[in-house]
Amino acid sequence: MFTIKQHLMAQSIEEGYETLVKNRNNMILGGTGFLRLGNKNINIGIDLSNLELDYIREGEDNIEIGPMTTFRSIETNKLLKENFDGVVAKSVEEIVGIQLRSVITAGATVASKYGFSDFITALLSLDTHIELYKGGILSLEEYLSEEKVPKDILVKIIIKKDGKRAAFKAMRNSKSDYAILNCAVSCLDGEYRVAVGARPGRAVVKIINNDELINNIDKKIEEVVDEMKFGTNMRASGKYREMIAKVLIRRSIEELK
Amino acid sequence: MEIKLKINGINKEVTIKDGEYLQSALKRLGFLNVRKGCETGSCGLCTVLLNGKPTLSCSTLAVRGIGKEITTLEGESVEVAKFAEVLTDEGADQCGYCSPGFTLTVIAMKRELESPTIDEIKHYLTGNLCRCTGYMGQLRAVKKYMEVK
Amino acid sequence: MGYVGKGIKKIDGMGLIKGASSYTEDIALGHNYLTVKLLRSPHAFARIKNINTTIASKIEGIECILTYKDVTDKRFTLAGQSFPEPSPHDRRILGEYVRYVGDEVAIIAGTDEETVLKAMKLIKVDYEILEPVLDFEKAIDHKSIIHTEKPYTSFNYGNEHMRNIAAQDLLVEGDVEKELAKSDVVIEHSYHTQAQIHGMMENYIAVTYMDFQDRMNIISSTQIPFHVRRHVSKILDIPRSKIKVIKPRVGGGFGGKQTAPMEIYPALVTKVTGKPAKLVYNRKETHTCTTTRHEMKLTVKLGATKDGIINAVDIHGLSNTGAYGEHAWTVFSVVGQKTLPMYRAKARRFYGEVVYTNMTTAGAFRGYGATQGTFALESAVNELAKKLDMDSSVIREKNLVKQGEVNPTLNSFVGEKSIVLDSSTLDECITRGKEMIGWDKKYPMQKISPTKARGVGMAVTMQGSGIHGIDTASATLKLNDDGFYTLLVGVSDMGQGCDTVVAQMAAEILCVPVSKIIVNSTDTDVNPYDPGAYASSGTYVTGNAVIKAANLMVEKIVGGASKILNIPEEDIEFNGESLLLKDGKEISLDEIAYRLVAYEGQNQIITTGTWGGHTSPPPFIAGFAEVEVDLETGKVEMIDYAAVVDCGTVINPNLARIQVEGGVAQGIGLALFEDIKYDAKGKMISDTFMQYKIPSRCDVGEIRVEFKPSFEHTGPFGAKSIGEVVINTSAPAIADAVANATGVRVRTLPITPEKVLMGILNTKHSN
Repeated sequence: MFTIKQHLMAQSIEEGYETLVKNRNNMILGGTGFLRLGNKNINIGIDLSNLELDYIREGEDNIEIGPMTTFRSIETNKLLKENFDGVVAKSVEEIVGIQLRSVITAGATVASKYGFSDFITALLSLDTHIELYKGGILSLEEYLSEEKVPKDILVKIIIKKDGKRAAFKAMRNSKSDYAILNCAVSCLDGEYRVAVGARPGRAVVKIINNDELINNIDKKIEEVVDEMKFGTNMRASGKYREMIAKVLIRRSIEELK
Repeated sequence: MEIKLKINGINKEVTIKDGEYLQSALKRLGFLNVRKGCETGSCGLCTVLLNGKPTLSCSTLAVRGIGKEITTLEGESVEVAKFAEVLTDEGADQCGYCSPGFTLTVIAMKRELESPTIDEIKHYLTGNLCRCTGYMGQLRAVKKYMEVK
Repeated sequence: MGYVGKGIKKIDGMGLIKGASSYTEDIALGHNYLTVKLLRSPHAFARIKNINTTIASKIEGIECILTYKDVTDKRFTLAGQSFPEPSPHDRRILGEYVRYVGDEVAIIAGTDEETVLKAMKLIKVDYEILEPVLDFEKAIDHKSIIHTEKPYTSFNYGNEHMRNIAAQDLLVEGDVEKELAKSDVVIEHSYHTQAQIHGMMENYIAVTYMDFQDRMNIISSTQIPFHVRRHVSKILDIPRSKIKVIKPRVGGGFGGKQTAPMEIYPALVTKVTGKPAKLVYNRKETHTCTTTRHEMKLTVKLGATKDGIINAVDIHGLSNTGAYGEHAWTVFSVVGQKTLPMYRAKARRFYGEVVYTNMTTAGAFRGYGATQGTFALESAVNELAKKLDMDSSVIREKNLVKQGEVNPTLNSFVGEKSIVLDSSTLDECITRGKEMIGWDKKYPMQKISPTKARGVGMAVTMQGSGIHGIDTASATLKLNDDGFYTLLVGVSDMGQGCDTVVAQMAAEILCVPVSKIIVNSTDTDVNPYDPGAYASSGTYVTGNAVIKAANLMVEKIVGGASKILNIPEEDIEFNGESLLLKDGKEISLDEIAYRLVAYEGQNQIITTGTWGGHTSPPPFIAGFAEVEVDLETGKVEMIDYAAVVDCGTVINPNLARIQVEGGVAQGIGLALFEDIKYDAKGKMISDTFMQYKIPSRCDVGEIRVEFKPSFEHTGPFGAKSIGEVVINTSAPAIADAVANATGVRVRTLPITPEKVLMGILNTKHSN
């Protein structure tokens, strides 16, 4: 059973951070929709919801998403619908129901590096960076490559507005279920960024150049997929995931052509 | 800790434990129609409106309700009665256990979406599970309700 | 008067939607209940070597902790069936052995949840872990014997506990081997239907307290209040006269609440402590510690002529009842009873075994074996059609039993006399269903893009209406002092609308608006005995009892009026609202009602009808599915489902239609999504709605329903049942549609994208 011994409504990120590092069992609270399903015994639950971290705003050459922004906000946001063919908005719209999407937050999902996440896959196909309170700005890919979740606070998600076109596909059996596999592909200047998640492990990204696709698209995709690992869980076997990864990647690329 | 929640327009004081969710606080205050269905955020039974938006009370910390307008079935009695008319006309009420959360979501949808398509209606309501009706009768009722003034 | 046949609102609908206090949780307020929780086994099969509750008992606020050492070792079943239950008595309140992950180890009661959970953690249990049986195909003669003690069985239904066999069945007519040998074509395939979770929205809940007469009161979300009273009485040694069971509104049942999985625990706590007690299951317990649909493997042999005349139907079944044998034999026997009569074969047989395993117990579930049997038989018939290169609707036209035909297996039990099929419009249902789905244009498939194909498929089925020779229900009508009636019934409305349907029937005969019939259900002190809401018996069995009571009421009103007015009965005409006298005078029923109960009449009119059927007339349904399959991912999308139903006279078209839509959707869940997964040690891992996916509203496509009413002479106003039959066709029709779209026949439910895609690739490979 999940418990929180003490709830702290942080007055500043600094206070949140100080509290976080004080005790191994202190934790930042995101939407807490997923957290509560686990068995964590949290000492101090640090709540950032009074720090105005719920925003999606347009910078000069990027889009910034605050960590306390809910999936429902992301789904309905005009900016996110209009950029990158709307992949970021699209990636969250089939997650359970709007009531849950009104709860779960962008920051918690990304910071926790959830393997099943559709959102992370979409972000990964774009030029996405995250800003950590202490760790500074780093690429999402770099952040995900670390096994551990750092004792830090994700303060911002930054997506470079570089005019990428993008496509998102998820394979789920029942519409409100976790994805069996998801895939997002972006395209800019002849370069495809292919992100695949829910393998069921964390999303990974591979780059394909357009000229590699000219002669035999299937063969190139097969090479890319061969470099990814796929696992078995109650939703599907690794073998099946591998097969549909190829299909979803190919369909995404075709959509972008 | 003692907190104040504005529920259906009325300020209520309630003592909560740290880390307590809105659902159990509401139950303690006597709002029994905030039903418990799944404990995993999957069924939509416990839906309440937070500033008008359908939100799972089982997954929202009670403290995050502070300063917001919390609406339960009781707070929407006029719209609920209108929807009840059309839903029961279809016979799609069945066991009724999912209906508080479902009805609140429908009411919020009507305010949020202007003449939604069938697919938009279904998408908006996906998070409300029902095991009795097969959803068709609910859909017929929702379509009628969207026309009700 | 026209109340029967009208789609009137459910009488409880407006109140429920507006949030009136209705369910167990709502009405069980006001007592200082002890919180009851159950410590459960983490092992699939183990013996409790030692259990120590000393430290746990010392927690402040703990009222009692009970282990197997503290309770009776009496054995029983919790199945909700008429006495003597045809389910083996293989359970104890708590036992030395635990037989599945979740089996009860200790009952803990205390002042609040936190206290009880704290105590639960402090109970020390030493288990001797035994090798569990987790594959039902390996259960028979497994070296682990799940029940070593012989259970009591009310008659011999083949329980061989030392071989892990809970029950066996044999239903046979004619010489199957001979007919198979004579056939031009014989097909044989095995079909596997998974266990299914009821997934009603309201979790199991029961509260208990002693009332001012020192009687045990039980408020429970149940389909079987009278069986609950009997179980608690027998198990806890409390006379039935000292127990009152109240069934409030129920948030869905689907057969789950036809077993009484948890009422005994709070009742025992109340008995021991004298205090009110409350047990609420969480979703995990509802999914894992109650009952599921029986998982089955059914091997079907069909023999036919090359013209498609079916000579023989032979089905061998293996059913998994899990740890205990609730409904084990009865569900299994229904597999045969509801499949063998469908086709006019010369020989037919159903036989096989129900086995114990160390898995969640199976029990009653809407369809009750017919669902499993229909998936197997209808899939096989579709495969036979394919083999004969015949339209699958045509093979059915040639072989399906028709109204007026005598059918030897229709009355369920071998040795009973054959009966005539009184009512069936199944042939018309098929014709109409084909039109609705566009069969002639679409059968078998259409390629709509290089990667997408659409297929159509069909299945037909039957169920029963009540259990003939057993189900007996009563209804009591009371004329009140202002010309309105109270209708007391024991049948359990769990959302399906039976309270409304019986009110319509009473209103029809009494010629008053339905609003003048106040339905009361159910309080076992007040309401007449009824076995409960199951076996599709509400409309048919209880309905017939209502008609008897209502006809008697009309008679007595006229008789009563005749007496106080001193006019011969034949000079009084009763039109519902008033009594018209021969001399032209008119007296309102309100007036007569008041005068009858008052000093003048001294005649409170209460009538009761009791009814049980000699037959169990089958409702029929023809189901047609259209699916779209993604040929590269195997994903099956529901496009359309057309269901045409013969439930006899449709008493309330709106409610009946929703029953069909809901049943089809639950069947779609069985066909495509729902699957119970266990880990290697036997712990159920799909134990929440997050992991066990019932269909959402975006998963069911379009479901369209029509009726082709027949007239069943034994039924109330010609009605038959509808609640269960509607779930049976989804899975086989969808499996057939998928097969038609892709060439891949999935014989193991659910039809997941992975199974379809692997099938497509295998077919390509072998070509």
